[in-house]
Amino acid sequence: MTFAITRRRFLGTAALAASAPLFTRRAFAADPVKVAGIHGDPVENAWNSRIHEALLSAANDGLIEYTFSEGVAGTDYARAMREYADQGAQLVWGQSYAVETEAREVAADYPETAFLMGSSGGPSGDNFGVFGTRNHEAAYLAGMLAAGLSKTGTFGSVGGYPIPEVNLLINAFRLGVKEVKPDAKFLNGFIGTWFDPPKAKEAAFAQIDAGADILFGERIGTADAAKERSVLAIGSLIDYMPRYPGTVFANAMWYFRPTVDAIVADVIAGKPVGRDYTEYSFMKYGGNDVLFDTAAVSAEAVAAMEAKRAAIKDGSFTVTIDETEPA
Amino acid sequence: MTEALDILTQASLWAAVLRIATPLIFGTLGALLCERAGVLNLGIEGIMTLGAMVGWLSVYWGADLWTGLLCAALAGAIAGLLHAALTVPLGLSQHVSGLGITLLASSLTYYVYRLVVEQGSSPPTITPFQPLAIPGLSDIPFLGPALFAQTTPTYLAIALIAVTAYVLARTPLGLAVRMVGENPHAAEAQGIDPTRVRIGAVVAGSALMAVGGAYLTTSAFNSFFPTMIQGRGWVCIALVVFASWRPGRALAGALLFALFDAYQLRLQHVVGALVPYQLFLMVPYVMSIAALVVMARRARVPQALMQPYRRGER
Repeated sequence: MTFAITRRRFLGTAALAASAPLFTRRAFAADPVKVAGIHGDPVENAWNSRIHEALLSAANDGLIEYTFSEGVAGTDYARAMREYADQGAQLVWGQSYAVETEAREVAADYPETAFLMGSSGGPSGDNFGVFGTRNHEAAYLAGMLAAGLSKTGTFGSVGGYPIPEVNLLINAFRLGVKEVKPDAKFLNGFIGTWFDPPKAKEAAFAQIDAGADILFGERIGTADAAKERSVLAIGSLIDYMPRYPGTVFANAMWYFRPTVDAIVADVIAGKPVGRDYTEYSFMKYGGNDVLFDTAAVSAEAVAAMEAKRAAIKDGSFTVTIDETEPA
Repeated sequence: MTEALDILTQASLWAAVLRIATPLIFGTLGALLCERAGVLNLGIEGIMTLGAMVGWLSVYWGADLWTGLLCAALAGAIAGLLHAALTVPLGLSQHVSGLGITLLASSLTYYVYRLVVEQGSSPPTITPFQPLAIPGLSDIPFLGPALFAQTTPTYLAIALIAVTAYVLARTPLGLAVRMVGENPHAAEAQGIDPTRVRIGAVVAGSALMAVGGAYLTTSAFNSFFPTMIQGRGWVCIALVVFASWRPGRALAGALLFALFDAYQLRLQHVVGALVPYQLFLMVPYVMSIAALVVMARRARVPQALMQPYRRGER
């Protein structure tokens, strides 16, 4: 077959060439969304690490481009938000707990930029979305597993501050324990700081001394005391089993990727993001789940827990959200 | 109510008191040494952070625990040398320099830690000091488990109190330190070089502060967090005043503070349903302030504290 440039073929090629910019525009639209993370704490802090990991994995999948700052002080926070917005970030992720008013002011100044903030308040405007931390369903299930493992019937927990997100988590753990062991006794200690593992450890020792033999560790340091005294512990947010093998037998895991996927989809679709993204932390979206050591728990306990887990997923059972301060 | 009092009879409470007090003892002793020589060292919070990181990192990189503490002390000494250089020969404001050291040391610590340690979901660990039961003594009922089953740095802290008290009160070196803190001109007239003595005291004191920080990462816990000192340095500064600049009372102050802390953690379980937990957290600080008010009336401040010494100047 000979290859000659006919008029038709020329026109066809020319049309294709002329439409090339259209295709590049298409390719541009599928470019990763530029995300800037502003972590108020070091990224290895358990809570931040979950978000950091989810954003890194989204970047790895080509969904987003991710840059971040960590340990940004409250006094510097609004400035960091503005800088990232000025640099062209399409989505600014952050934690506005200490700067609720200022963060909303910044968002109002940058209507083209989407903001997603861990917040104790509600969404604001079209571009300020919020999310809460919800791994209470996993904590409930971990409580069900823990109930059968206690010899003393006393369950401890160590928390940072009694903010709603911490209270509802500890209360959900207790409800899970009570589901199996209605006469369980509970102890709780707040240490009044997020970053003092030696103090969390001392609070845990105090509870073990008072008879607790299962500790729910909202704070890192709790399981260290459990390990030293050979009792069991449950981790929260991240997987503590590799760090404390034989001590931590279950974790109330929190997964942030569903939230990332949801807001990035909204940003790509050009939808307003000024809404509450908390629901994506729920189990039915894969936002939290219990992770446990099958060898440490009896088959019956696992079966009962799995039945409840299925019920949570299909919506036939809801774990009560109780934000009152646990005593 | 009896339950609340019962806590005081538990050996485990008193063991916790010693554990909580240990970093405070090191820090208070360090601050006391600086101040007895006439130099206020507000770099303590940063120096403790630095010590916590250096001590931990040395062990993480393969050094044994004692070498880790030594490295921490060395890092603290270097930070102390900087503070001393600014405040003693140059005679700059001790407040400003000290706060500067705190900012510099804590930021530098964070920076170095981030550069050299791999990020993970939770920080890497080392094998910390294990409790060492002293043979014979640890078998005594109550007192044994309460006092004689601690990690070695705790015993070291208590021994250092005795050593410092002896050196300050009974040796020519101690006399020189006290003299430059009270009246450096008189010290000079006696043939003592106030500049050298002050620098030496600040360097040694800062090394002790750093060991206090390192205790947190090599004994009380097994990982480093950039923000884990949590104001313990400032507590030490207050304890020095509480102690009227005396080592023995510094020990008492640190133990008292730790007792309130250990007690409140246990009290939360007993009366937690009735009393908000914030009140318990306040207790150690409120009690310290109250004690300070009583003690400070009789406090004997080193006369030349915070006064730069310039030779020949009256």
